[in-house]
Amino acid sequence: METLLEFFRTYATAIAVIGISALLALSVWLTLYAGQLTLGNAAFMGVGAYVSALLGRHLDTPFPLALLSGALAAAVIAVPLGVTVFRLRGVYLAIATLAFGEIVRVILLATPITGKGQGLNGIPPKTELWHIYLSLAVVAYVLWRVQGSTVGRAWAALREDELASASQGIDVRRFKLASFVIGALIAGWAGGLSAHLTFSIDPSDFGFSKAVQILVFAVVGGIPNVLGPIVGAVVFTALPEILRPLKDYRDIFQGLILLGVIVFLPRGLVTFLDVRRTRKLERIGAADVA
Amino acid sequence: MLLETAGLTKRFGGVTAVNAVDLAVDERTTLGLIGPNGAGKTTLINLISGVLTADEGAIRFAGADISREPAHRLAARGIARTFQGVRVFKGLSVLDNVLIGAHTRLRQDVLLRLAPTRGRTDPADALALLERVGLARARAGALAGELPYGDQRRLEIARALASRPRLLILDEPAAGMNPTESLALRSLMRSLVTDGLTIILIEHDVRLVMGACDRVVVLNFGRKIADGSPAEIQRDPVVREAYLGSEDAA
Repeated sequence: METLLEFFRTYATAIAVIGISALLALSVWLTLYAGQLTLGNAAFMGVGAYVSALLGRHLDTPFPLALLSGALAAAVIAVPLGVTVFRLRGVYLAIATLAFGEIVRVILLATPITGKGQGLNGIPPKTELWHIYLSLAVVAYVLWRVQGSTVGRAWAALREDELASASQGIDVRRFKLASFVIGALIAGWAGGLSAHLTFSIDPSDFGFSKAVQILVFAVVGGIPNVLGPIVGAVVFTALPEILRPLKDYRDIFQGLILLGVIVFLPRGLVTFLDVRRTRKLERIGAADVA
Repeated sequence: MLLETAGLTKRFGGVTAVNAVDLAVDERTTLGLIGPNGAGKTTLINLISGVLTADEGAIRFAGADISREPAHRLAARGIARTFQGVRVFKGLSVLDNVLIGAHTRLRQDVLLRLAPTRGRTDPADALALLERVGLARARAGALAGELPYGDQRRLEIARALASRPRLLILDEPAAGMNPTESLALRSLMRSLVTDGLTIILIEHDVRLVMGACDRVVVLNFGRKIADGSPAEIQRDPVVREAYLGSEDAA
């Protein structure tokens, strides 16, 4: 017991970061599940982080309300963006959402209220571990249950075949937009939690590398169920800690592990649990990620 | 009249794939749509099912002008279709395929599903449909992509029927079926029409078309060249010319 508490105390920050990573991974999982490859979630995370931190600082907004406002702000921005970019598909969609991320980053760099390049410092550390893990539990539960609903089936159908989906009466654009906006909401919420965990934020926290990192969590973890992105986030957030003794060689080993997973478990770490079904899916050439 | 098209035209660049086609389909009948490859049959039904939008002309369905409506709204109105070359959701279960077909009919249960006790959609109707098209209930849990080709075609028909449509459009449903399967398809179509459905059938299997259809429309180079009962069509010299007149026709 004593050692367990000790462990938690030592690694409290790492455990918190893992939880936030898992939330972000779930946010992008949602669009991937609907067959859309988007890379805007780091920017949505940034919107949530800045909006919640600024509301707390300038208007003394209570923490829960600030978090909610940050998440809603991200979702509100996602609506017109989604309407515009969902004319595109596949890698073109990914690039368009990436461009949006760059726009957000540049705006954050140029606006006085966001502290420009210096970012915001001295954000009160209001995020507790249980905030993060309660959020994660709620989001994971909701997404898991949604999978078996009419909406979840519609998303899965979109991933498989958009044209055939439309002929089944599925409003393709609406369902795509819904997955994107809900994903932005989750990412914005995670951003708020993360801002109040780390004392300071700056625009580079929400740039290209973050966007790719979030995608890696989800894809390497696996898309078949909500466990995938969580596992991916845990493994790839914890890995740098575990590999710390390797010092200078750490990044090399991390890269090798990533490569190994992609080569041997291309549909994600969690497909390890159901190898037979995964093989079948591969054999019949079912839709992959996007 | 359940479905009517007037002067329906669709161009792709310089090619007029469908050229001023007038079509009229009575309720509870089966219309056969035949013609050589590239005659515009699939384009025509893509227009009717909302996959494509016509450049000119109008489509009326059950008294409403549906010329500009997108596919998902037409599905809700009662137009269901299958695709040439089969487009089942391969990576999903057979049952889920049929349940997705019922999308417009099922009540949205996404909020109800948040309660941990709420189960998945009752599969009874979907399973009954599988049986009706000749698929074993035991296969409901299999991945659609695992099924043999003929079974995937049957699944696609079950998925289309799941929305309880008024008009069912079948695009070459018998391709790759053996004579026994083709015969089973014919009796399925007949029983569906008895139940009140209207069917448009595109098919190369002449025996199936002549046996299953009340009326046959022949397209060639995007134009309607004949329209009549199967017996009339078989005698029509213009049709013979289109099919047999040139060297390369099959």
